[in-house]
Amino acid sequence: MAATGYALLIVLMPLAGFVVLGLAGRHHLKRSAGWLATALMSVSAAAALLLAWHYFFVQNALGRSLEPAEVFRFRWLSFSPSLYVDMGMHLDGLSVMMLVLVSTVSLLVHLYSVEYLRSEERYTSYFAFLQLFTFSMLGLVVSVNLFQIYFFWELVGVSSYLLIGFHYERPSAVSAAKKAFVVTRFADFGFLIGILIVGFSSTSFDLNTLFQTNCHVDAAREELFLGMSAITWGTLLMFMGGAGKSAMFPLHIWLPDAMEGPTPVSALIHAATMVVAGVFLVARLFPLYEVAWLTADVVTVIGLTSSLLAAIIACTQTDIKRVLAYSTMSQIGLMLFGLGLAAQGASREAGYVGSQFHLFTHGFFKALLFLAAGVVIHRVHSNEVSDMGGLRRTLPLTHLVFLIACLAISGIPPLSGFFSKETILLAAASHPFWYGLALLVSALTAFYMFRLYFLTFWNKPALPKSEPELPTASERLAYGFPLVVLAVATAVNGFIPFGLFVAPDGRPYPVHASAAAWLPPVGAALCGIAVAAWGYARASERPQELARRFGAFYSVAYRKFYIDELYAYITRRIIFGKVGRSAAWTDRQVVDGAVNQAGWLIQQWSLLMKCWQSGRLQGYAFWFFVGAGLLAVVLLLYSPN
Amino acid sequence: MIEALLLMKHEMSLTVAAVVFLLVRLGRTRAAATYARLGYLLLGWCLLAGLIPAPPGQLFAGLFVTSSLVSMQKSFLTFGLLLLLLASDRWLRRHDYVPEVFLLLFSSLLGLFFLISSGSLLMFYLALELATLPIAALCNFDLQRRQASEAATKMILSSAFSSGILLFGISLLYGSTGTLHFTELPQRLNGSALQVTALVLLFTGFAFKLSVVPFHLWTADVYEGSPVPVTTYLSVISKGGMVFIFCTALYQVFQPLQAYWHVLLVITAAATLLVGNLFALRQENLKRFLAFSSIAQVGFILVALSSGAELARAAAVYFVLVYLFSNIGAFAVVGIISAATGKERLSDYRGLYRSNPRLSWALALSLFSLAGIPPTAGFFGKFFLLMSGADGRQYLLVAFAAVNMVVALYYYLRVVRALFMEQPEAPLPIVTTVLPERAALVISVAGVLITGLFSGAYETIARLI
Repeated sequence: MAATGYALLIVLMPLAGFVVLGLAGRHHLKRSAGWLATALMSVSAAAALLLAWHYFFVQNALGRSLEPAEVFRFRWLSFSPSLYVDMGMHLDGLSVMMLVLVSTVSLLVHLYSVEYLRSEERYTSYFAFLQLFTFSMLGLVVSVNLFQIYFFWELVGVSSYLLIGFHYERPSAVSAAKKAFVVTRFADFGFLIGILIVGFSSTSFDLNTLFQTNCHVDAAREELFLGMSAITWGTLLMFMGGAGKSAMFPLHIWLPDAMEGPTPVSALIHAATMVVAGVFLVARLFPLYEVAWLTADVVTVIGLTSSLLAAIIACTQTDIKRVLAYSTMSQIGLMLFGLGLAAQGASREAGYVGSQFHLFTHGFFKALLFLAAGVVIHRVHSNEVSDMGGLRRTLPLTHLVFLIACLAISGIPPLSGFFSKETILLAAASHPFWYGLALLVSALTAFYMFRLYFLTFWNKPALPKSEPELPTASERLAYGFPLVVLAVATAVNGFIPFGLFVAPDGRPYPVHASAAAWLPPVGAALCGIAVAAWGYARASERPQELARRFGAFYSVAYRKFYIDELYAYITRRIIFGKVGRSAAWTDRQVVDGAVNQAGWLIQQWSLLMKCWQSGRLQGYAFWFFVGAGLLAVVLLLYSPN
Repeated sequence: MIEALLLMKHEMSLTVAAVVFLLVRLGRTRAAATYARLGYLLLGWCLLAGLIPAPPGQLFAGLFVTSSLVSMQKSFLTFGLLLLLLASDRWLRRHDYVPEVFLLLFSSLLGLFFLISSGSLLMFYLALELATLPIAALCNFDLQRRQASEAATKMILSSAFSSGILLFGISLLYGSTGTLHFTELPQRLNGSALQVTALVLLFTGFAFKLSVVPFHLWTADVYEGSPVPVTTYLSVISKGGMVFIFCTALYQVFQPLQAYWHVLLVITAAATLLVGNLFALRQENLKRFLAFSSIAQVGFILVALSSGAELARAAAVYFVLVYLFSNIGAFAVVGIISAATGKERLSDYRGLYRSNPRLSWALALSLFSLAGIPPTAGFFGKFFLLMSGADGRQYLLVAFAAVNMVVALYYYLRVVRALFMEQPEAPLPIVTTVLPERAALVISVAGVLITGLFSGAYETIARLI
């Protein structure tokens, strides 16, 4: 019973916040909206922690197998006795972990936003949207069936759209919001078809039914199309949706642009929560991915490719938030790489635990990086690293937490990122080629993160300390508290025996790594840091020289491998330009023309009545008969037997 | 006698309403507002009368058939008409011939009632004409606009040849089966070339009314030329009625020929989705934009119906309900702004949020619903439709429809972006709404939000089928 109470509290608080702020906020809660939303979120986050404690220690004993539980479920709609849609809350290691991550980071981001968006005119709407987003994300992670996942999945997309486009007076924000929405929605078409295929071939949308009975395994054997089984198609298409939300190559183009949203939004949505939805999806449907061997390969390859691609691009970018965005894409790629390895079967436990562990630790340190970047941007009023530099004394706290986060993401022990990344690499150890690439990603990660760190805080002579870092008490609370909490979490989360909490089938999996296993990644990271320090600790000509040496490759990476241009060419030139324009032209000239020219025609009414007016209708009649005739011919040639 | 009255409760009450209106019109001339208010009251009475419980049954030797489902569908249409009239209050009150508008709309609605209830192709044809002819007159009701008479001429001429082909199909069918009754037809259908041709010809009759490609060409002209309330009626009420009878025709009358109409529907569904969306992509006139997007919406219904699945009928009826709220909501805002300022172009709507936040939200929510975005009802409607399509294992067609949803999202967002995010060059003035308009907007927005999340709506429909 206690669990039900906590679980409902977690989800309903943000919903209540959205409803109250959305309906009454505009006029009545102008100034207190931020604090109200934060208070609701803190209840939600506290309930999440209590629920985690209750689930792991009261309902289950740590170190034993974790039993999934359903705290709440009702039949929302039933199509037939076997095909129905329930709404509910499913608890297992994965969903409880996600609940804790989402609600905690969301709380800290709420608190941070209270001050960060103080001067915004649409302060209340901002918090309403933020609550809506949190609600959707929480609803997504506790889903009991595919439809619930799809519903909240789309809702997450909508709230992300609203938040990215929050600064609607900036054209770039508007187009970024639209791009993110359309690209992820395009990916979701695959998701929808995937759900329908899985649902109909295994006759259930219910996750428990899917996992407990073997119907999905039977469906896996049944061939559907092009020699691939229903389950392969279903999981592949669902992964398409996941890749869209998680900004995986080639659907990643929206993520860097999404940085147009307010910085706290980037921290919450585009670093810690929404973008890991793809990873969550694969982990949630892990039993399905395990029986679909082709999909597991695709997940592995896409994950590693995206990771490497993003890491290379990140080395060349100069906008602080874009570097962080590409870094997010790279880390998520690693998570999916680990999951893919796990689904292939060889390193099932290590890959699964590693990817989820990395999801968890990454959520905290990436949120920390974004929030710290927010303080920097707030101070220098620019996103460009060329406008920064030498900030280590003016922003000592920010400097310290940023450094901690950089060390963590680079995988330096004993910070959290080391442990989680280490586990993923452990899973890859048996494939020398992939292991090598993953090491390369590690080294690149360390390089670009410290490049960013040095460019922001060093590189120029330290600026004199003019005013205190966080002058007012409310700033100290709103900025300082989240930064410190996240920094502490970044530092200590690695010591959580994560395999005992989240593991495939709920069976605990303690991670053991020998010293020999952790030497290569740490070595790679240290190399990366050293190169960054050599190039960027002081202002010098070295980076330009380095860039020159890489020549064409550098400029291709700087241009993000021309992927955006390719998309722009396809959508704007071909679809929109050629097809759309010719459609519009036909409509204007052939159909519309009649109406537009009415004024001119009226003068020559009698003359033209014959050849134009009747001509048009003859045209319609012509198409009518042609259509009917063609259909009749097709049907008569077609014989159903 | 009482039972017969009960079976025809919708038709009777509507006829009474029309007669009352006629009598009032014969008396001394009153203000347009009075007529309008009387019209709302009478429609309200029809709506109430339609709620009287009645058993299923048939009249006139099976020419007229009714059931709880049919009765509910008629109530949907009555409700939709009331909603759209409330939304066009401003247009109505400014018009010199309000009683005629009401009379014509009532007659057309009566035609739709008989259409849904028809138990024979004879009744079907008569009802179809009754539903269509008054609309042709209504298209011309912005009397001083040339475009309107254009629209009316095109409407009536196109309907004429559509009816001609339909009649030809009916006579072929009669020739080969010897009956026009819906109950007797299925047993006598054997899939001969003659019957298949008749099926195609009958299908074109439906396709014409539903604006299915390539029988849609009249749609854009007529929609743009007609006054907004008439456009709304054509695209929501009249289409809704056609979808209802189309379901009956496919799933009851032509059930034995399913293998054939499946092909018909797949081809036309794909064409309709493609053409509707591509044309809507760059439309600048909002009425025309909604017209093309409503063509594409029908494409989704066809995708579901083509599967032949049991789910599809319920999904289609449910979608009509959702579509009724969403489209009336969208058309209401366009109509209100068109009536107040005379502006209909997308560029005129830039920055509308700043001057008219409520109208903007209503329009945005309706468009979100049309685009199928949660938590609006359109999301559920589209999902159920595609789900029914997938039930027939035709994943390619469903995938094609899903890609079209993305294209549609693109152009719906174009409008939303204009409303909220663009700087106006010449901002529209603050448009004040009157009570009926406000009521219509509130009801349609509530409908857009509630019919989806409240699963009872779908379940009720599914139970009746």
